[in-house]
Amino acid sequence: MYTPPRKKILAIVLALVMVLSLSSVAFAADDELIKVGIINNDPNESGYRTANDAAMRATFTEENGYDATFYNNNDAAQQIATAQQMIQDEVDFLLLSPGSTTGWDTVLEDAAAAGTQIILFDRMLEADESAYVAAVVSDMAAEGETAVTWLEEQELDEYNIIHIQGHMGSDAQLGRTGALDEKVEAEDNWNYVTQQTADWNEETARTIVQSVIDSGEEFNVIYAENNGMARGAVAALDANGITHGKDGDVIVIGFDSDKWAMESVLNGEWNYMGLCNPMQAEKVDQIIKDLMEGVEPEEKIIYSDEPGFDCETITEEDVETFGT
Amino acid sequence: MKEKRSDESFFRRLTRHQLFIPVAALLALVLFNLIADPSFFSISLKENSLGNPVLSGNIISVLDNASELVLLAIGMTLVTASSGGQDISVGATMAIAGSVILRLVCGGQVSADTMQAPLFLAVLAGIVVTMAFGAFNGALVAYFKIQPMVATLIMFTAGRSIAAWINNNQLPFINDVAFKYAGTFLPGIPVPTPVFITLFMILVFWLVLKFTNLGLYTQAVGINANSSRLNGLDPKKIKLLTYVILGACVAIAGFIRVSRSGSINYSRIAENIEMDAILAVALGGNSLGGGKFNVYGSILGAYVIQFLTTTLYKYNVPSTALPAYKAVVVILLVVLSAPVVREKLSRMKKSSAKAAKEVA
Repeated sequence: MYTPPRKKILAIVLALVMVLSLSSVAFAADDELIKVGIINNDPNESGYRTANDAAMRATFTEENGYDATFYNNNDAAQQIATAQQMIQDEVDFLLLSPGSTTGWDTVLEDAAAAGTQIILFDRMLEADESAYVAAVVSDMAAEGETAVTWLEEQELDEYNIIHIQGHMGSDAQLGRTGALDEKVEAEDNWNYVTQQTADWNEETARTIVQSVIDSGEEFNVIYAENNGMARGAVAALDANGITHGKDGDVIVIGFDSDKWAMESVLNGEWNYMGLCNPMQAEKVDQIIKDLMEGVEPEEKIIYSDEPGFDCETITEEDVETFGT
Repeated sequence: MKEKRSDESFFRRLTRHQLFIPVAALLALVLFNLIADPSFFSISLKENSLGNPVLSGNIISVLDNASELVLLAIGMTLVTASSGGQDISVGATMAIAGSVILRLVCGGQVSADTMQAPLFLAVLAGIVVTMAFGAFNGALVAYFKIQPMVATLIMFTAGRSIAAWINNNQLPFINDVAFKYAGTFLPGIPVPTPVFITLFMILVFWLVLKFTNLGLYTQAVGINANSSRLNGLDPKKIKLLTYVILGACVAIAGFIRVSRSGSINYSRIAENIEMDAILAVALGGNSLGGGKFNVYGSILGAYVIQFLTTTLYKYNVPSTALPAYKAVVVILLVVLSAPVVREKLSRMKKSSAKAAKEVA
């Protein structure tokens, strides 16, 4: 009977391991590359995040002078653990899109102690400005305010709102909820029919809206904090024959940058989409290159330009320019 | 006095019946809603945006939204019975099935306005793929004797990434009305299509369990794999078979889920549904340690869970708090079915019967 020469196999495996580890040492020794750790949210969470993650990966490549490590998770606790690992691995820059705005203090301290520079992209966290060198972010509160101002301009007699929130505690949720909460608090004719989180989940959003319809409550506004959830809500409206969008009974509001959502606004199925620009990669790249040459960014927090799109005024050009 | 005795034994037989817990839970929910707000049960005939007649109301929503869970509960019952463990990868493999189906109907594009492949073929492909993943899980459990929860942890972890990889990390979207028939309404039929698909599958399982030995063999393997082997059964093959069957159930559940909206979100689709499926099996009075099983109990359990969810939504309970309420149900269930408690309860009954006797 043939028995495999175990020792031989073991020897080959060991040899392979040695060669591989040697070659990785050779890579690390190449100090031309800027070492960056990139912590982002789950790319499958939404079309916005898919675009955002793809842009980061396309920008921070070896050809572009980077040795980048990527990590994707929506769970801030996991992100924090990985961030600490990356700081120990002595990355030059830590690029961060925090899953929640709080809980980052130890990471910031460790980074300061290790001399790792932090650049926030897409989302803010609660910390003193000195904790990071730059932030290329969406102004979520401004996005919410733009949307609420637009909603106010529609001059409805009464606003009965189904408010579908995103992942609780995320910058996007806090900003977009904040503006609406304030308005509903201040005005007598603005009411919540329901305020629920669907955790960015389209299916949960559909269930929430269907449940409101089933209980026979009246509503005329759906304020969904991202496009996927707005689509889920619209599915429930369609299933019950409730008209929506331009000249419809219910105003539909979504957020982010998905092309299909902008098309829905363009053809009048939805009323409004608040843009959240996912393309921060190029700007972050520029900031790092400048910093390497000793040029500090002029402003610490750089907000992306984020208009809202209304079904009356949106153009095909907008869809082409901003849709992802 | 004699009558009293038979009364008591009737009560005991009732509480001992396997379907007692799910039926009692269902009745409790129905009663609660009847008292709190009878309009919960109102159903109205409307017209959807395509001009088709549709029924709408909480009860319809329960029947509709429970569909995926019911299908999973059926498969999960068989897997539990044969292998004495649960498949925790069903949510992730549902994402895989949905991803395969969408990839085919979208023709590999990010979005499509008409189906690029026959729907039948796409669904068939989804079924074949998840059955293969089911076979993978089943092989680990049956042939490598890995604990089911550990074996299926592999797909639980990797499944959603595989689903994303199938579509090149894009989130495909199909806008074809015909694709959404299975998840919404067929033209002219006011009852949601998932309800029919589920009824059809229940019928199929009823026939299979009635006219084949699947049920008997599964139970035999689950109760004692060794003695069933000595009696000429192949426990490995039967365990494998139950996982493959669950794979088929998963594919159909995944198909219903993606055809509700024509889109998929890999990390969110059917999130935590495995826990609900296991809960349904437990609610149905099935032992999670395998052996004897009652598939109808699990089906009923699935509807109870959806009924609970819909009720909580109606009363505006935050959706993040739903798992907490389900946890309460689980705790009650587990405690009530624990042997220690059961023994105490029956002893309490006996002594109260004795006391009644003495008084008489």
